[in-house]
Parts: sequence; structure tokens; C-alpha cells
Amino acid sequence: MAFVTEQTRAALAGSAPILAGLRRRWLRLAAGLPVVPLAILIPFVLIAVFANVVAPYDPTEPIPGAKLFEPPFWADGANPAALLGTDFQGRDILSRLIYGARVSLIVGVMGTIVAGGVGTTLGIMAGYLGGWVDQVIMRITDAWLALPALVFAIFLATMVGPSMWNIIIILGAVYWTRYARVIRGEVLSLREREYVKLAEIAGASSARVILRHVLPNVLNSAMVLASLTIGVVIIAEASLSFLGVGVPPPEPAWGSMLADGRSMLMVGDWWLTVLPGLCIMMVVLATQLMGDWLRVRLDPQLRNL
Amino acid sequence: MTQFIIRRTFYALISLFILSVTIFAIVRLTGDPVTMLAEPGARAEDLDRLRAEWGLDRSWPVQYLTFAKNVFTGDLGKSFNYQMPVSTLYFQRLPASLQLALAATFISFIIGIPAGLISAVKVNSAWDNAGKVVALFGLAVPGFWLGLVMILIFSVWLGWLPTSGQGGILHLIMPSVALGWYFAASLLRLTRSSMLEVMRSEYIKLARLKGLPGYVVIAVHAFKNALIPVLTLAGINLVVMINAGVIIEVIFAWPGIGRLLYEGIFQRDFPLVQGVVIQAGIMIVLINLTIDILYAYIDPRIRLAK
Amino acid sequence: MTALLEVRDLQAHYVSFGGERVVKAVEGVSFTLEEGETLGVVGESGCGKTTTCQAIVNLLPPPGRIVGGSIAFAGEELTRKSQREMRHIRGAQIAMILQDPMASLNPLFSIYRQVSEPAYYHRALRGRGLRERVRELLNAVRIPSPAMRMREYPHQMSGGMRQRIVGAIALAGGPRLIIADEPTTNLDVTIQAQYLDLLKELQDKTGVAIIFITHNLGIVARMCDKLAVMYAGKIVEAGTVRELFNAPRHPYTKALLGSMPKLGSKEKLLAIPGHPPDLATLPPGCAFHPRCPEALPTCATAEPPEIQVIGSWSARCWRAEPQEISATDATTDSAKDIHAAAAVGD
Repeated sequence: MAFVTEQTRAALAGSAPILAGLRRRWLRLAAGLPVVPLAILIPFVLIAVFANVVAPYDPTEPIPGAKLFEPPFWADGANPAALLGTDFQGRDILSRLIYGARVSLIVGVMGTIVAGGVGTTLGIMAGYLGGWVDQVIMRITDAWLALPALVFAIFLATMVGPSMWNIIIILGAVYWTRYARVIRGEVLSLREREYVKLAEIAGASSARVILRHVLPNVLNSAMVLASLTIGVVIIAEASLSFLGVGVPPPEPAWGSMLADGRSMLMVGDWWLTVLPGLCIMMVVLATQLMGDWLRVRLDPQLRNL
Repeated sequence: MTQFIIRRTFYALISLFILSVTIFAIVRLTGDPVTMLAEPGARAEDLDRLRAEWGLDRSWPVQYLTFAKNVFTGDLGKSFNYQMPVSTLYFQRLPASLQLALAATFISFIIGIPAGLISAVKVNSAWDNAGKVVALFGLAVPGFWLGLVMILIFSVWLGWLPTSGQGGILHLIMPSVALGWYFAASLLRLTRSSMLEVMRSEYIKLARLKGLPGYVVIAVHAFKNALIPVLTLAGINLVVMINAGVIIEVIFAWPGIGRLLYEGIFQRDFPLVQGVVIQAGIMIVLINLTIDILYAYIDPRIRLAK
Repeated sequence: MTALLEVRDLQAHYVSFGGERVVKAVEGVSFTLEEGETLGVVGESGCGKTTTCQAIVNLLPPPGRIVGGSIAFAGEELTRKSQREMRHIRGAQIAMILQDPMASLNPLFSIYRQVSEPAYYHRALRGRGLRERVRELLNAVRIPSPAMRMREYPHQMSGGMRQRIVGAIALAGGPRLIIADEPTTNLDVTIQAQYLDLLKELQDKTGVAIIFITHNLGIVARMCDKLAVMYAGKIVEAGTVRELFNAPRHPYTKALLGSMPKLGSKEKLLAIPGHPPDLATLPPGCAFHPRCPEALPTCATAEPPEIQVIGSWSARCWRAEPQEISATDATTDSAKDIHAAAAVGD
């Protein structure tokens, strides 16, 4: 709302007691679940969880008897055994896409949890403890933010060597800085609130104040940030896998499938690159929409993130 | 203002220090650096010789000082593959990356800023919704995939554009769109939010109350204020694009820094990877500093501060 | 002769959540202002004072809308004008001074640029004529060495100076009406008094009419001819300052006068028990009845009509009654005492 006056805003804010406001917020949260992103995400999650049930073949082994680069079902000469055709080793594309969802979602979610956990913890410490702790954490945050995320991730991945769990830790290490900065700011403004000051004056220990008063309040922001980070992490994983420093072969990752299919693009076999890309796009789109929805519901002040 | 510049320079130096410590520590914490720094297949006595040569048998602080001194004097080590100093290679490749990054910046400007401006001025209208969709796709569609799809459509199917390599303006179109795509979305978001914030301000209210024409209120009063964070982001984006356009450069066989980094990864040319990372960090810290100082010139609040 | 500004039954609402919530910020406000007159509008936060003024210049923040009534400025109906037509009224005919001097000036533009704009766009002044006009204006608002100061930027000015510059901007287009929305709340006490004197002086010189929105009845006593007391989107009592200060009819006016701070005091009017009602869910009957010490049973069920006390003096209260003509003269002296008391207050 462009220039609402202080008076109107005070009238609006003073209207509902805080508790009723909270309840109404959660009710509305449940009532208006976002249909589109859930309709995309739920199938992907189910496919990822039940990949071993859904997938027709082992994604890492060639289909016995199948040729290399078999075309998909709509093309002439398709092999009915491989619905979406086979790749350069004769492996089933469909199975690889299905298992790829597992890799993508695990890395996306776990990477986000690592980044969020580390970033939120350090952000709370920096904001709450202040002084030299704050200085050290924030200077590190600044410096690490200076490195382009992808370049930093490539460097770490080259150093540590590829594996799915390494990639998770690497992406956590690259993306925690964003949380630290936002959460620290939140904590600084929380510390000015009356109830936090009162708790401190009443002699509550730092740990208690953080657990009881600070953490619950910054959790909203952390959740919103997390929902927006998942997509970024998924794309980062795909980028690393594309470059060959991500999830190592023969594990099926959408990023490496893209890279593998690239050479066939010139002869017009587009599905090898387009399909994994579409999967990445849909999942990221859905998580972004979820994030936007959460952000509007939980914390309108974060709309500019 | 002098004080402001001194303070910012100090912060930049701290950032550089922390970056160098980080990279130094990571190299040493993740294994024996000699196995990384030596050429693949080196014998045990070669490794010992290298260890002594690089001072890796000495204490960590001494090692760090040597490392920092080398970085400070522009010595980023030597690439195995090219048998050349990394910094030389980096600056050889810089013009190509700069060309691509400038083109991508141009793309991101002509999409992101007008779209963000319209979204903010016509907030909650169809225009704004269209802007939101563009912003969403900008984040969700990976640039490298967009690049591949463009190659498929415009090179393979239509045959309009060359698939790869550096050359004329036609060679630039697809890579710069693929690279600028994500940044266009981020500029759009920032322009929109920054405009909305400025439009809520009291001075814009007063500008309207003065009876100024709508375009003067928006294009002069609001836009000038809203542009400051947008230009900051654009400056940082440019440097990020120069250094982090790895996949786009690989896809389009663009002979820039990103491709150099890729070659480093591919050939396990570790000094090359480390050198490019350090160089990227230095450039970004420096561009941040430059932007801060430019701020001081644009913004009278800083320019005229005692 | 037509009045300079005649507002009749103005209604302005904020409709949000798709019509689920309607904030009736202004609900049937009427008043008249003559050329050169000063009207004070008082009331607690959220009573609709600011919305009324934003409606006059047709700049209600979304989702606010004028839903009824008329605003006639010098005989012209403003509610039917387009934004383009309103542009030639704003700044040229009606100017506004906002609350926050620190935030009202654009930090990236010089003082000259900002003061000159209304004169540039509304009076077609250019070049030397424009510079001369800016210098005059800055002189008029007592900015020392204006020729030098006008090249400077807002952050180089003190709060008091900035608010005087905002005053100069208001005058720059040569308006016939200035709406001052709590122009002194963010200023120091001594600077407040100086600023008010300056406004008064400029008004005497230019003959501009002023609508003064304020919490502070001390300012009203010092500055205004007429007074309108607003509560929950309505004018509950209106009349001359003299009448209302001397013998307020509405219990809310009485309560405000009872809690009147001294001029320049920072404290807000909080002495009235209870809170102003939520404008989206007003109580039935008189909106003030839950807080009213003199409430009658009818007050909770039926809305009081507007009672004309005498002349232009009116009150919306079940207890108000028309006054006998003879009583007015007797009140004059005590009203003067209140003026005197207010003047001593600073």
C-alpha cells in the first residue's frame, strides 16, 4: 500500500488482539494451500521416494539387449521396452529420470538443511552475542559472499572429490552465508523488543532467551529462506553434475544426464537434454512457488528477499 | 568522504584476508596439497622435492605467509597443463569473458529494468503478474538448459545462429541471453521492490502533492533513488558473470575464464582452479569497493559528509 | 460569494481482502472554509483526519476510494476531476505540508530543484526568474543566505530548516489553500513555536487559507479560526475556536480539552480512557459511547443526529441542544482567557 498513513495503520494493527491474529493466520494458511506447486511437487516426491518401485530398470546398468541411443516411444523404430529410449550406454532414460528425482530432492533438501542450520545458528550467535563474535562471523560471511556461489562450489568439489554427501556438505558451506546475514538482522531487531529485554532483565540465561524467545521468532524467516534456497541448491547440484564435479557417474543426476545428452543435440535427439532440463525446471518452479506462498503467509516483511 | 573510503578499503582488505585464509585452509584440510599441486603420476621423491620447494614441510603460519605474499604479488601459481602462470592465463581469457558478460548485462538491463519499473508502477496489474512470471522463470529455468534449448531451436532446427565459438554479433546472441537470463530476473525483482519502496516514501508523496506530471514523479524523482541499489547489483552481477559463466562458456565453447576453469577441473589442473577462484574473489571484493566509492560520488549524503 | 472549499458528506473507504474488510475512514464529513481562513482539524490517531485531506487532493493511498459526497474548491467539483486535471490543482491551488520534514525531501535532489518545481510547472517560470522566485521563497521562510543554501542538499539542513523548506515548497506554486498535516510533531519545542509564527506571518502576507491537522489543541488555539473535532470518521463537533473552547457540547470535545497539553509538549492526548474504535467494526449507535462518561441508553443503539447549536456551530450528540441566541455574547470573554492561556503555555 503506497502511502497509508500512520493513523490508518495504527487503526488496522490495533484492531485484532495478537492471539486471534495468530489463529486466523494459521487458519488461512490451511485454507489456501497452493494447488499448482503441490500438484507438481507431490508426484515428484512420491516418484523420488518410491523410485525403486516405479522405475522399470536399474538406472546404472544397460538394459539387456537394448541398443545405444534407442529413440523414445513417439519416434520411428522405438523399443517398447524403453519408453523414453536409452542413453549412450544403453541405459533406460525413464529410470534414470526417476532416480534422478531422488538425487535432486535429497541434495536440494539436505543441502538446504545444512545451509539453514549452520547459517541460522551463526546468525543467531552473531546477532545475540554481538561484539567480537558478531564481527568475526559477519566478516567471514561478507568474504564468503564475495565468491560467486558456483565458483566456490566448483573449487570445493574439486578439492573434496565427488560424492552425493560431499556435494550436500559443499552446498551447505556455500549457501549458509545468506541465512546468517538475514537471521542476524532479525535477531538484532528482536533484541529491541520489550519481551526479550524483560526476559534478559529478569535474569534468564542467554541459552534460555535464545531458545524461548529468539529462535521461535526467527524460524519463520528461516523457513521462508529455506523454501527459496531449495531451488537454488537443486540448480547448483545440476550445474556441478553437468561439469562433472557433482554426483559421480554412474549415479543418475539430471545435471549429468543433460551433459551426456549434449553431444546428441546436434543430430536432433533433443529429448536427451530437454527432458532432464524440464524436470529441473518443474521442481525448481514448484519450490519457488511454495516459497513465495510461504513468504506471503508467514512473513510479508520478507517479500524483498 | 575520505573517512568513508578509508573504512570501506579496510573492510575490503579484511575480506581479502579472510578469503585467502579460507582457500589456504581448505587446500590443507582436505588432504596433502602436494598430491594436488603435483602433476598427476609424480613419483614419491618428486613429491618430497616439491614439498621442500613449496615450503610445505614448514609450519602452517610460515606457509600461509608465503602463500599470501605470492597472491599479493600476483603469483597465483603455474598451470600444469599450460605450463604458464595462472594469472597470465586468466588475463588472456578475460577479454572474451568480459565481452560475453557485457552483452549479458545489456540483455539483463533491457529486460529487467523496464519490466521491474512497469511492475512497480502498475503494481498488482496484469503487467505486474507478467513481470512475476518472468522473474519466476528466470530463477527456475537454468541458464545452461535455456542455452541448450536455444541451440536446438535456432541452430539445429532453424539454422539461424552459429552453435558455438566466438565471432561476430551472431555468436554473442545465444550465450548472452543464456547468461543474462537469470540476472535479468534478479534485476527485475530488485527494480520492482526498490521502486515500490521509494514510491511509498514521503518525498514521493510530496512530489505528487506538488502537482508534478506523473512521468516526472516516476522517471525522475522515484527512479533516481530506486536506481542506486539496482546499479550496485548490476555491477556485482557483471563480475559474477565474468567469473561464474562456466557452464554457458562450456556449452557455447566460449574461450573465456569459465572455460579455463572447466579445463582446470577436467584435467585435474589444480593450481589453475585455485588461481581462478582466488582471482575471482579478488575481483569481486575490488568491484564492491569500487561501487561503494562510486556511491559516495552519486549520493550527496556521502559525498558531502565531512 | 462561493466558499474557497466546501466539503459535503464526504465518504472515503479502504476496501481490502476483496471487500471482506471495509474501513470507513471518512464517513459523512462536511465543512466549509473561506478564503484566508484557518481551520483546525483535531482528533486521535486513526480518526480520519489525514484521509480527509488526502481525499481533498485526490491522493488516497490504495485501496482507499472516495465513495460519496462532494468537494467543491472555488466552485469547482474536485471529486469528478481526472488525475491529470488534479495535477493542475495540486501544488498550484492546494499545497500540502507533511508530517515528517526529514523524509519529505528527496535526498538526491538539491534544495533549489525541489523548491523550484512547483513554480516551474505551475507558473511557467524559467531561468533567472525561477532562481529569483526560489530565493524569495527561501527568504520568506527565513533560510539564511538562500543563494548559497539552495545549492545544498537536504541532509545538510537541520530538521527545522527542512520543515521551513517544505513550507517554501508549499508556497512556491502560489496556492490558495495549504493543508498542513501535523507539520510540527517532529520538531523541537522552540522550533515548533517559531514555525507556527512563520506560518501565521506567511498567511497574513499571502492570504492563503490553511487546514491544520493536529493532535494539539494548543496549536489550534494559537493558529485557527475554526475547529472541527473528528472521531471515528465523523466530525462530532464543529464551530469557531472561540465557541468550542468556551462551551464544548460534545463529551469528546470536552475530554480533549480536559487533556489539553501545553503548546510544544511532546506528550500525546492519551488521557481519555479507552481506545478509538476499529473503523472496520464500529459499535452501534454513537461511536464514542463506550468511552463516553455522559452516555445515555439511546447512545448505544441510535446514532445521534447533527444538532445545530447556533450559526455554524454543530454537534453530533444526543445531549446537545440548540442554544438561545442571547447566551453567545456572554461567552466571548472567557474564550479570550483560553487564548491567553494557550499563549502562556509556550
